[in-house]
Amino acid sequence: MSRTITITTARGITSEVVVFGSAGASPVAAFHGFGGHLGGEPTLAALGETHEVFAPVWPGFGASGGEDVLEDMLDFALHGADVVVALGLDRPHLYGHSFGGMIAAEMAALSPRSYGALGLVAPMGLWLDDHPIPDIYSMLPFDFPRHLFHDPATASLLTGGVDFEDPAAVTEFLIRNNRRLGTAGKVLFPIPNRRLAKRLYRVTNPVAMVWGASDRLIPPVYAERWGQLLPQAVVTMVEEAGHMAPYEQPAAVAAALVSTYG
Amino acid sequence: MKFTWFNLMPWPYLPEDFRESSRSVWVDIPNTLFDPARANAVYHTYMDQLEYADELGFDGIGVNEHHQNGYGIMPSPNLIAAGLARRTSNAAICVIGNSIALYNPPIRVAEEFAMLDCISGGRLVAGFPVGTPMDTNFCYGQIPALTRDKYAEAHELIIRAWAAEEPFAFDGKYNQLRYVNCWPKPIQQPHPPIYIPGGGSIETWDFCLDHDYNYSYLSFAGYLNAKRLMDGYWDRVAARGLDESPYRAAFAQIICVADTDAEAERLYSEHVLYFFNRCLHVYPGFSDPPGYRTIDTIKAGAVDQFRAAMQKIFANLTWQQLVDDGHIIAGSPETVIDRMKELITSLRVGHVFGLFHCGNMADWKTRHSTKLFAERVMPHLRTMWPDWDGDNRWWIRPLAARVRPDETIVEARRDPELPRDVAAG
Repeated sequence: MSRTITITTARGITSEVVVFGSAGASPVAAFHGFGGHLGGEPTLAALGETHEVFAPVWPGFGASGGEDVLEDMLDFALHGADVVVALGLDRPHLYGHSFGGMIAAEMAALSPRSYGALGLVAPMGLWLDDHPIPDIYSMLPFDFPRHLFHDPATASLLTGGVDFEDPAAVTEFLIRNNRRLGTAGKVLFPIPNRRLAKRLYRVTNPVAMVWGASDRLIPPVYAERWGQLLPQAVVTMVEEAGHMAPYEQPAAVAAALVSTYG
Repeated sequence: MKFTWFNLMPWPYLPEDFRESSRSVWVDIPNTLFDPARANAVYHTYMDQLEYADELGFDGIGVNEHHQNGYGIMPSPNLIAAGLARRTSNAAICVIGNSIALYNPPIRVAEEFAMLDCISGGRLVAGFPVGTPMDTNFCYGQIPALTRDKYAEAHELIIRAWAAEEPFAFDGKYNQLRYVNCWPKPIQQPHPPIYIPGGGSIETWDFCLDHDYNYSYLSFAGYLNAKRLMDGYWDRVAARGLDESPYRAAFAQIICVADTDAEAERLYSEHVLYFFNRCLHVYPGFSDPPGYRTIDTIKAGAVDQFRAAMQKIFANLTWQQLVDDGHIIAGSPETVIDRMKELITSLRVGHVFGLFHCGNMADWKTRHSTKLFAERVMPHLRTMWPDWDGDNRWWIRPLAARVRPDETIVEARRDPELPRDVAAG
């Protein structure tokens, strides 16, 4: 079960925050991937059994605005930190999936002592020339499922049940997609690398690194690179999961995170 | 009416199976298809054609900027324009234009355009496109959601640089320059006429009207399909209480003229179909990266011409459909006059950018069509807007005494301080 609250950061950005778990449990600030909250958020719900999980909706991904003031990686990382402050959380663990993992890692690099452990699921943010990440900005809708899911049949999650026969619904979907991927593009386009690698030495927190074994967007070889840059990371490969591991194998992902969060 | 002869400069040697063998004509086109040795003749042929249009009395000759594009081998239109400025003397040199968000820093555009204006004696028309997603985002790596903001800043910098008479500091978001000091400056003051080519983003209308720039709608879908969008533009002009001079707007149109309608099909069909079938084969994933279009434009349903649906239509068109649907204007001089009148009045445009070379058209056919248009069509269309006769607000203001290519020495070059033998030599 989740509830939704609304916060306004010191910078003046208003966001919805979806909260899982019971008040008073050890807090986690959870940052979603480039698709936003897709519905249900099963991994966050599972984490809610042991923690109180605060999952902000990133500017550009929900009803409220604010994305125009976020222009670069520093703005993004500071907004994440502002959300934690606005929620009044004391040294929460961080969670981030994909695009959200890139943000969480930047937050930790900027201010490692402000957070507990770091849980990253297939984070963006690194680039290996020998293993280029497919370009999501030129990807056609029907190409997404096979890049994102171990089992592409799960892909209906992405569109949230939009009726593509209804022109108004399609326009609405295009607008939502344009806003969220447009916003994420400020740190992901044309190459999702804003030189995080040279700042990761600052991250001294415990790290859980979780990867879908059949991730065809950011192949698991990236987990190795993260492991080199963050030698303290405990790397877990989750079978029968792609880039959308938190939706495909929530129990396994949550278990890997909890073992590091404590 | 003013007519500009425009050359997209397509690569004319795309293989017959190009659609099947390659994903896209743009961005990731296999560059092994480009043959530099053949390009030698291709470039010269295209530049000769532009010069020929000047000789025939076209008001302008036009070039544009595309990158990694099989139908435009002109990543730097300024290089071509520099050549044209030296070898022509009457036509406006219409560079439509430089994608100003791509130049780092954009003061480069202020400088190069000023050079072109000086070399041409004040004949430059300066185009400032936002740029297509293919060029701007996928080839040149600009972030889609920030492209318009970066464009707006580049525009401000260039206009201020042309106007300022003292160095100034520019503290922009994308450009920080301690000493902006444009040198050289353009002949046309405060700046050359500015044209904003648009593909359908409605924000561009207000931008043009705010700054009194010409709005140029560039579409390969032809004039019948352009009506809805151009009506939107003119509604906006009216809503803002501005006069309705047709010279505020320009439209690009593929035009093929022959002695008869049947002859037009026989001569040009193959080349026009090469253009629609091969040159417009753009991978749809490159046409609309999230963040590039504004929400208002998506809501307005201004659908990009390279969208998958349009692609399919283009790929299977026949000559007759292309003619009937107005994608192209083709036929005898009489037919072309009728259709051009329809285009000019229905879209209310004072400027037409005529695309006479199409796809892989042979040089002689291009010249044949161009000559027939200049001699047997253009004269009948000159006075379409009598109420706006002489409205040159969006046109060049060249020097009367300018250097011309056919003169070895002119007044402008004579320096009274030089000894006579040097001046004569």
